[in-house]
Amino acid sequence: MPTDRSDSHLRIVWVYPDLLSTYGDRGNLHILARRAQARGIDVEMIPIAYDEPIPRGGDIYLVGGGEDRPQTLAAQRMRADGGLSAAVANGAAVLAVCAGIQLIGEYFHIDDKQIAGAGLLDLRSDRGDSRAVGELVGEVDPRLGLPLLTGFENHGGRCHLGPAANPLAKVLVGVGNDGATEGAWAGRVVGTYLHGPALSRNPALADLVLSWALDVPLSALPPIDDTWPEKLRAERLAAVLPR
Amino acid sequence: MVRAQLATALVRTAARLSRMTGRGDGSVIGGRIGLAVEPRLLTVLARGRQVALVSGTNGKTTTTRLLTAALGPLGPVASNSYGANMPTGHTTALAQSPNAERAVLEVDEHYLRTVLAETRPRVVCLLNLSRDQLDRAMEVGMLADRWREVLGVLRQQTDLPPGEQTHVVANADDPLVTWAASAAPRVTWVAAGQRWQEDSWVCPQCGAHLKREGVDWACPGCDLRRPEPSWWLADDDTVAGPDGIRQPVTLQLPGRVNRSNAVTALAAAALFGVRPADAAPRLAEVASIAGRYATVERDGRTIRLLLAKNPAGWLEAFDMVDRVSPAGAAPPPVLLSINARVVDGLDTSWLYDVDYASLRGHRVLVTGDRRFDLAVRLEINEVPFEVVDAFTDALAAVPPGRLEVIANYTAFQDIRAELGRAN
Repeated sequence: MPTDRSDSHLRIVWVYPDLLSTYGDRGNLHILARRAQARGIDVEMIPIAYDEPIPRGGDIYLVGGGEDRPQTLAAQRMRADGGLSAAVANGAAVLAVCAGIQLIGEYFHIDDKQIAGAGLLDLRSDRGDSRAVGELVGEVDPRLGLPLLTGFENHGGRCHLGPAANPLAKVLVGVGNDGATEGAWAGRVVGTYLHGPALSRNPALADLVLSWALDVPLSALPPIDDTWPEKLRAERLAAVLPR
Repeated sequence: MVRAQLATALVRTAARLSRMTGRGDGSVIGGRIGLAVEPRLLTVLARGRQVALVSGTNGKTTTTRLLTAALGPLGPVASNSYGANMPTGHTTALAQSPNAERAVLEVDEHYLRTVLAETRPRVVCLLNLSRDQLDRAMEVGMLADRWREVLGVLRQQTDLPPGEQTHVVANADDPLVTWAASAAPRVTWVAAGQRWQEDSWVCPQCGAHLKREGVDWACPGCDLRRPEPSWWLADDDTVAGPDGIRQPVTLQLPGRVNRSNAVTALAAAALFGVRPADAAPRLAEVASIAGRYATVERDGRTIRLLLAKNPAGWLEAFDMVDRVSPAGAAPPPVLLSINARVVDGLDTSWLYDVDYASLRGHRVLVTGDRRFDLAVRLEINEVPFEVVDAFTDALAAVPPGRLEVIANYTAFQDIRAELGRAN
């Protein structure tokens, strides 16, 4: 359901912030809103608590990271609700970060239990041998037209992609899905292990999600002042990329 | 015992050397050496003393200092007052005060099990649990589980005489702390407040969505609910306690959070037999703790130092920032400084869990290793800011008068060093 920009505004649905906001996840909501507003687009931010139904008419859905217990509860609620899958079937865009990527896959593991996810991306996750904690840099799938992906990862899971999901990036620094690839995308759904405010260092990824929701090419979004995000990117990339 | 005596002597010598050579304040190195010689040194040093432990994610150092002051009427008190809150620091603190019959020890929340087992404390104060440096620490729900396990073990103390049993003083306003502490056999509940609630929406016992109404909270899915506190803040200047106690308390330390820390300190002191009327004047003497809350004069600027290490701490710090200003003058400028070195946590994501909006109207300067992270955050928060490369540049940029500084751990230490290890 691409937004009809003539009579509407952009609706960003933040899924279960009471369960899935482990570390600064709200940043992505505010970054998307700000970047849309900077292009003259009105935004409605819609946080949905986990005991509320997920509305089907949103343009962008944000799924954050959570600890094990809340993550399990979120997956159960999300599946029982069905709103997110319906919205995606209608063409809504989804950004899932950190544990969120596991949640929107086919299934994930908590302790020794296999838990069914929302099934929006063709991927399955399990436990890695060790926790992946630290800076991550990746070279993004060239079809998406984005610069290097940069951020912080902190997860114990590992993601295995099926044929219907594309890796978001090739890992240059860090672990990501499995040490080789990072994140996944298909259609208008993108997931990344970068946690928390992943968009703060990746304004172009924010714009990609916006362009999906607005049903326009990325290049159609007018540039905005990214002085500080660019300084931050440059500082972080210089700090972690091998010379 | 000879081995323990030798180890104790080594602790003191090493700590003294560390201070003399300027390598540190000696609070860790001594204990490390002593424990290498006698691994059970902490147990040995704690034996025969009445120990109180203070743990939680926020306010440990301050509460430790307040409780130490409150126990003053009973005689000398050993304490790791510099925030060296792991067993090496505890060992050093006890070794350096051989004659103190009492000790108040700040304990890193991940070390509660060990320190509890080794020091057999009379009182354990549990302040709060919130997200803190997830890149190197346990997720906060897991930490609450761990605490609950550790405190459940206290039920085995039934063979001990009442004077040696451990009594827990716990914050009834924090659901995670309540859940953990309710495993303990003897608990005094205090209403120590919870401004930061983002980590306790979900019941730690059954996973249902907690219901909150004012300060009260309860789980609709199981029996977990806020226990009736026996100590609380009756108003800004009065602590209420059992048996109709109404104790006026005036602190030099700023903020509601420190008044709440004072409630915990008075409740714990009462378990040692110190009446609130005797403890309260001692609390009023505490002005700053290792530079925290210190006010320093430099080049005509009156600089106040606030330390904030995690989102809950930042919310409390904003509550302390001076809003009022002399008639007609702007509110004081605020300098924010952020590093992300190992002890700070390498991850700056938590900046987005803090709402900086209350700083609008102040002139805001940002510095520290991760000033660009802060710049991006403030831009999104629509708080105007200026980026400066160093603390001295910030000092030069503001006019004579007040300057509020809020910094996280190593950023705070850097600024304190610039100011000659301000206390």
